[in-house]
Amino acid sequence: MKRNRIWAWIVFLIGAAYFLLPLVATLDFALRIRRTGYTLDAFTSVLTDPRFQATFGYSLIIGLCTIVAGVVIVVPAAYFVRLRLPQLRPFIEFLTLVPLIIPAIVLVFGYIRLYNTSSILPLTGSALGTDALLIFAYVALALPYLYRAIDTGLRTIDVATLTEAATILGASQITIITKVIFPNIIVAVLSGAFLTLAIVVGEFTIASLLNRPAFGVYMQNVGANRAFEPAALAIISFVITWGAMGMIQLLARFAPRTAARTD
Amino acid sequence: MSPNNAISVAGAGQPAPAARTAWRFSWSNLGEVLGIAPFIIFAIMFLLLPTIYLVAAAFTSKAGGFTFDNIVGLGEPLIISSFWLSIRISAASAAIGAIAGLIIAMAVIRGNLPGPIRSLVLTFSGVASNFAGIPLAFAFLSTVGRLGLVTIILKTVFGFDIYRSGFNLLSFWGLTLTYCYFQVPLMILIIAPAIDGLKKEWSEAAATLGAKPWQFWTNIGIPVLWPNLLGTLSLLFANAFGAVATAYALTGMSLNIVTIQLYAQIRGDALQNPGLGAALALGMVAVAGLANVIYLVVRARAERWLK
Repeated sequence: MKRNRIWAWIVFLIGAAYFLLPLVATLDFALRIRRTGYTLDAFTSVLTDPRFQATFGYSLIIGLCTIVAGVVIVVPAAYFVRLRLPQLRPFIEFLTLVPLIIPAIVLVFGYIRLYNTSSILPLTGSALGTDALLIFAYVALALPYLYRAIDTGLRTIDVATLTEAATILGASQITIITKVIFPNIIVAVLSGAFLTLAIVVGEFTIASLLNRPAFGVYMQNVGANRAFEPAALAIISFVITWGAMGMIQLLARFAPRTAARTD
Repeated sequence: MSPNNAISVAGAGQPAPAARTAWRFSWSNLGEVLGIAPFIIFAIMFLLLPTIYLVAAAFTSKAGGFTFDNIVGLGEPLIISSFWLSIRISAASAAIGAIAGLIIAMAVIRGNLPGPIRSLVLTFSGVASNFAGIPLAFAFLSTVGRLGLVTIILKTVFGFDIYRSGFNLLSFWGLTLTYCYFQVPLMILIIAPAIDGLKKEWSEAAATLGAKPWQFWTNIGIPVLWPNLLGTLSLLFANAFGAVATAYALTGMSLNIVTIQLYAQIRGDALQNPGLGAALALGMVAVAGLANVIYLVVRARAERWLK
């Protein structure tokens, strides 16, 4: 057992080195913008850049819209599949896995062709339409995670009994979903939301191909033109991702303890 | 449990319990239909139609007729080599990611390490598996790029120039090393619940029968985890195969992988043959789909054997 433990330590330390070295190196690089020693100038330069603020704000808003659209699309579907339409489950689950199989760049290529200015639904014709397209593309990107988060949330509550009780009290189906089911799975929904945010905020490929002024595109731009600012941006992104994941961990403490139930 | 622990890999959905009566539309079912409609409409508009459209476009000539020319166009040496490099990088980073992730997860969960390490590793894995794209490229440039910290330290302290000895961040190994930064943690997240599922009694029973710890893993642990491992492998492969941003930020257009080729095609669509872009996309879907078919076939055999 002792030797076992030594091996575990060795593996852990090698892994830790691989994962921490790039972070340390990046931080070191970002702090060395001046020859005189460590300064935070690279961070100040990035954070005070108006384009940073504009693109970051834009991506945050797109991220929030993605979460709202994703929840509206996924929650009712997951609810009805669990309650009334279990025979559709394999089909729906397959659809939620499609974005893991078909690369995002292929999907967005399809969107650009399908919804261009000469099509029936010319979404790429206006800025607002392209924003909508970007949001739906991000919903697709987040779908596997969002669906699973929400479905796991639904599994931990007694959907059938809650629905029956609410129906007896005269609630309509919309009321049941918004006022009974949704508040009960809010922790799961928020976990999915933060994960979505982590995926979406720094996304580059789709935003760049749709020509939207997103944070990922800005980062790429800085990377091509500056030396030290990219490292600062990488650290900032890491902190943002860490923040989103930290929120999920925090939320998990409030989650119902019956999560282990499988069916 | 964070939600990304719960990813079940393609086709892993539980079988639906048999419905008592066949579902039939009636006015009382209107709520169900309306409730599930947004999802179905979304799936058709943003998942199925774009894919079908590209498949059709791959077989459509400029004049609008049916053609195999676009598919034949994939035979160009440049495109063949881009597919080959993409497949190699994806396979290598998936294999290394899966093995390293499995070993780390085993060490952290079953290695009797102090309690907080497990949750620390899992939390960090959640962050690192989502730390991809542009910032990841920046991080690796600052680490093992030509002016990176590790490069400089190795050169000045140990007198070892990794770039002289053939390493290049903008190459097969460089990109594979970089991709492992999100592949390994993804593996840890997916395999951790499966390792949790290995009962303590099994290793005790094996030990009682005289098995060494490594024998427990080779004869019991790995075979039980096998279907999971294979599923994750295909997921990791697809994950790397579709990645664009990291490679683009590292190398611009200079590294010839298939996503970069497609990116260039989409950007320059007006000048180039639009059918070829669609054929490239179709080729990517075919490769990713093939990886999943292989997984399904192997998994079916592995499960049969487990019974």
